[in-house]
Amino acid sequence: MAQAFLFKESASQTAGPYVHIGCTPNFVGISGVYAADSGLRMLSDGTKGERIRIHGRIFDGANDIVKDGLVEIWQADAEGLYNSPNETRGAADPEFVGWGRQPTDLETGHFAFDTIKPGCVPASDGRMQAPHISLWVVARGINLGLSTRLYFADEPDANSADPVLTGIADPARRETLIAVRKGDSYLFDIHLQGALETVFFDV
Amino acid sequence: MSKKGEESLPGFNRRDRQWHPDAFTPAYRSTILRSPKQKLVMLEQTLSETTGPVFGQNALGALDHDLIRNFAKPGESPIGERIIVHGHILDENGKGIPGALMEVWQANAGGRYRHKNDSYLAALDPNFGGCGRVLSDENGYYAFRTIKPGPYPWPNGGNDWRPAHIHFSLFGSGFAQRLITQIYFEGDPHIALCPIVNSINDPKAIDQLTARLDMEHTVPMDIRAYRLDVVLRGPNSTLFENRMEGN
Ligand SMILES: [Fe+3]
Repeated sequence: MAQAFLFKESASQTAGPYVHIGCTPNFVGISGVYAADSGLRMLSDGTKGERIRIHGRIFDGANDIVKDGLVEIWQADAEGLYNSPNETRGAADPEFVGWGRQPTDLETGHFAFDTIKPGCVPASDGRMQAPHISLWVVARGINLGLSTRLYFADEPDANSADPVLTGIADPARRETLIAVRKGDSYLFDIHLQGALETVFFDV
Repeated sequence: MSKKGEESLPGFNRRDRQWHPDAFTPAYRSTILRSPKQKLVMLEQTLSETTGPVFGQNALGALDHDLIRNFAKPGESPIGERIIVHGHILDENGKGIPGALMEVWQANAGGRYRHKNDSYLAALDPNFGGCGRVLSDENGYYAFRTIKPGPYPWPNGGNDWRPAHIHFSLFGSGFAQRLITQIYFEGDPHIALCPIVNSINDPKAIDQLTARLDMEHTVPMDIRAYRLDVVLRGPNSTLFENRMEGN
């Protein structure tokens, strides 16, 4: 599987317990360097789409809450287009970048993203994927950032046809990627280990 | 279901997971409860992985790349060794990556972080914040100025000290390229002793994270330079052969 390239990718190292200094400095009281922490606000008044909140906590193998983590999300706009030069299908909503970054709260471990529900994006074979959000999780004790996806519980038909979800052999494990809706909020807890261990992908 | 990515980007080369550290490296104790136990599920890359956010120069402030000045009071400077850290950000095929956002964070010269959870005895430096960021130029080169961080002890069950290091985060053009790692400095005896460094199996991979003194870019009577080149996953134009796998 490993092919020979000119160079090897730089090896990963843990983000450590102080990742917030570099990624969300205002959050840890380092003010006056950056005007605002990147990725904190994803929406403007002009952003098209249904407003939703994604929130949750990260749990370790002892079911303790991870309070020094950082979560990033990446998603399409309401029409299913990515705001990226690598997007080949058209221009995404200029009022929506689609990237968010949130620390886990230092006391409670909660993270929350105010965003929009993404539209559908095709897989490489042209089949439609169910609406989803990509997540990337780093923290002390995570040697290489963990990639996962959030799907929406109120999209049962799309979920049951999604090539990534159905590619997960154990149907019970697919449930770890499905966020449950309550009002305008979707709860997405992440379990690093244990009976509820979240599915992580080799992307 | 394997398909050549004809209509869109072919995606990035798969990660070499022998080269990266395992998730579970018990000598680094924090990994014991934070490492997934299930096998990663193979994901055939889609636009969700091949696209990613980009950042423009207007997202950055004028002093963001200068940790010597970006937190210091007017007319004052942080204590410690003044250094430039610079190098090339390239992909596995050797192609420079322009516009890559590098975010860095580090302890001060005494080994102390400006963070409420760091209670190390070494003093905070009132003129050092410890964060900075830079975009690579049109050819993929980056440079920032800082103070050489000090080694520091950490609670890992023994007499463990981190080598001097600068943490950094990198964005390429696709979300699948996201990477966080650390810069070490050549000649530091703590590199060989560190359980976090040694979560990496291959000495060549550790060497690739070790910056070299660079006299050519050292400014006389001012500041020394260290060089580190950084490699992100490159685009893969070959047929993607891995089938979706269960866990
Ligand atoms: Fe550190």
